[in-house]
Amino acid sequence: MIVLEKRPNPSRAWAFATPVLAVIATMIAGGLLFAALGKDPVLAIRTIFWDPLFGDFASYTRPQLLIKAGPLILIAVGLSFGFRAGIWNIGAEGQYILGALTGAAVGLAFYPTESRLVFPLMVAAGALGGIAWALIPALLKIRFGTNEILVSLMLVYVATNLLAYAALGPLQNPEGMGFPGSRNLSQWLAAANLELFPGTGIHWGVIAAGLAVIVAHVLLARHVFGFAVRLAGQSPRAAAFAGVSPSRLVLACMAMSGGLAGAAGLFEVTGPAGQISIDFNVGYGFTAIIVAFLGRLHPVGILLAGLLMALTYIGGEMAQLQLSLPAAAIQLFQGMLLFFLLAMDVLTQFRLRWKGAPVVPAPAAAAAPQEAS
Amino acid sequence: MDLGGISPILLLASLMVASTPILLAALGELVVERAGVLNLGVEGMMITGAITGFATAVATGSPALGFLGAAAGGAALSVIFAVLVLWLKSNQVATGLALTLFGLGLASLIGQGYQGIRAPSTARLDIPLLSDIPALGPILFRHDWVVYLGLALVAGTWWFLSRTRAGLTLRAVGENHDAAHALGYHVLRLRFLAILFGGACAGLGGAYLSLVRVPQWTEGVTAGAGWIALAIVVFASWRPLRLLLGAWLFGGISVLQLNLQAANVPVPVEVLSMAPYLVTILVLVLISSGRGRARLAAPGSLGQPFHASR
Repeated sequence: MIVLEKRPNPSRAWAFATPVLAVIATMIAGGLLFAALGKDPVLAIRTIFWDPLFGDFASYTRPQLLIKAGPLILIAVGLSFGFRAGIWNIGAEGQYILGALTGAAVGLAFYPTESRLVFPLMVAAGALGGIAWALIPALLKIRFGTNEILVSLMLVYVATNLLAYAALGPLQNPEGMGFPGSRNLSQWLAAANLELFPGTGIHWGVIAAGLAVIVAHVLLARHVFGFAVRLAGQSPRAAAFAGVSPSRLVLACMAMSGGLAGAAGLFEVTGPAGQISIDFNVGYGFTAIIVAFLGRLHPVGILLAGLLMALTYIGGEMAQLQLSLPAAAIQLFQGMLLFFLLAMDVLTQFRLRWKGAPVVPAPAAAAAPQEAS
Repeated sequence: MDLGGISPILLLASLMVASTPILLAALGELVVERAGVLNLGVEGMMITGAITGFATAVATGSPALGFLGAAAGGAALSVIFAVLVLWLKSNQVATGLALTLFGLGLASLIGQGYQGIRAPSTARLDIPLLSDIPALGPILFRHDWVVYLGLALVAGTWWFLSRTRAGLTLRAVGENHDAAHALGYHVLRLRFLAILFGGACAGLGGAYLSLVRVPQWTEGVTAGAGWIALAIVVFASWRPLRLLLGAWLFGGISVLQLNLQAANVPVPVEVLSMAPYLVTILVLVLISSGRGRARLAAPGSLGQPFHASR
């Protein structure tokens, strides 16, 4: 029988290896799933993971990769700080919607002004909208001790209702002949978030995502805020002794994730989505949670995880068209990836041992770190 | 606007029906949390139960078998959670979220062929004599059997937790798993059973939505009911009888807002649809703020992984 033995410190080698192993395991399990659905598993996996990058339509799908990865990375980087510190903002989808709504509303107030200032103003408004929405669970948690998981999630449902209200009411296109949805923002030059380099898919949101990764990396590795976040996650008591204020940490982490999610929403609604419509959001806020964990809550890891997750989105769409694989299968596939990752995490924290094999005596294991220091 | 069309007796009767899915799911989660495990995958297990129950009922033509299939579906999904959390020591919050995302995907995959089909109807079970009582009869005693099952499960859970030896052990495991382990109780085995029960209950709750409330399969049929169930457990301070109160409150709000929509109240439909979620937040604030009461009532080992070092 196998027994688990707690490692004195998490294994760094396994921390790098587990995401890769999880992806491989997901491919195998996914292949079995696709076979069960009556599709050729090898072909399906190839369509999802290979064809978007190197297939016949790669010149079209490669830019899509960055378009999809941009918001995922931007949101996930924001979430990772809170997740590290044990602050669970799982309502990023709501903050994403609110950012798009407030940003678009501010922009549309200036319609049809052609000014270079409109777009930056909209980005700021979008970020502020996301921050405001994220501060609701943060302030309630600080003031009343409510659970931020539940409140931030409830606010997602409130946000989707607000979105429906706005798309059919205040933000509806007055020249839209009664169709739901706002004016087309991507066709209004002052507000449009266009492709900056033709054929690459890079728009302002992608650039913001890249900047967020760099800034987050510096914050985490070099800044006292990153230290506070890591400390609070590993030992809240130690953090309290070190003078980290829990309330301020909650506010900072929630505002950060909300702001980035809100900005992501604004970039999406002015670019790829083009307008405020009832269903412009496609669940990036939830998928970003998977991205954050898959990237080990580390900025560089999140960058890679975001690209991988974007790949499954695009590959999934291709598999839908070419192999008539159901869209839900991809959602299942993404959920499976997170399961495998969480399951394999056990290898990072614990050592597997056959029962009966000689175990390192406990005093020696405890003494080892002291000798090293 | 036509508020006169709303009959208080019908409103209360439909409140009983509307609260049943949340009640069932919350009851399962309550037992899981009393055992010291936080399963945030209620929404995923609910929607999986909704579709497995629906599929079983359509295939067999029997709603009773459908509910059985739903319980099995919810429990099966919870096994994944249990293995990850109990034996592979994964983070409970992250695993619960993964379970919800996975369940939503699984349900819409299974549900593909079932859109637009009507479920076989669940028969109403009027309780003789009692159902003839004026006012109280229609409110309490003219429902389908699942409503009664929900109420019976609440009573049964209360009795189990507070009056039986096994219930006491379960609470001990939830309050302090190290102490319970030292006393020789099987912490992981008990938690596994509790998680299975939670999954089965969530499945039943989901099936009540797809088989009775709606009654057909639509994607996202649970619409956050699983999350509201989680909130109600906090609201109830982890006590079964208070759970009933919480579920009725939320059932009441959702029924009321539907009635107000039908009565053409001059408030946008979307604002009315927000009401249950906003009230959930409000209630969470009220229950958490009373000198930190809610947190004091939470089981001591809630959300912490258990690893027997010896």
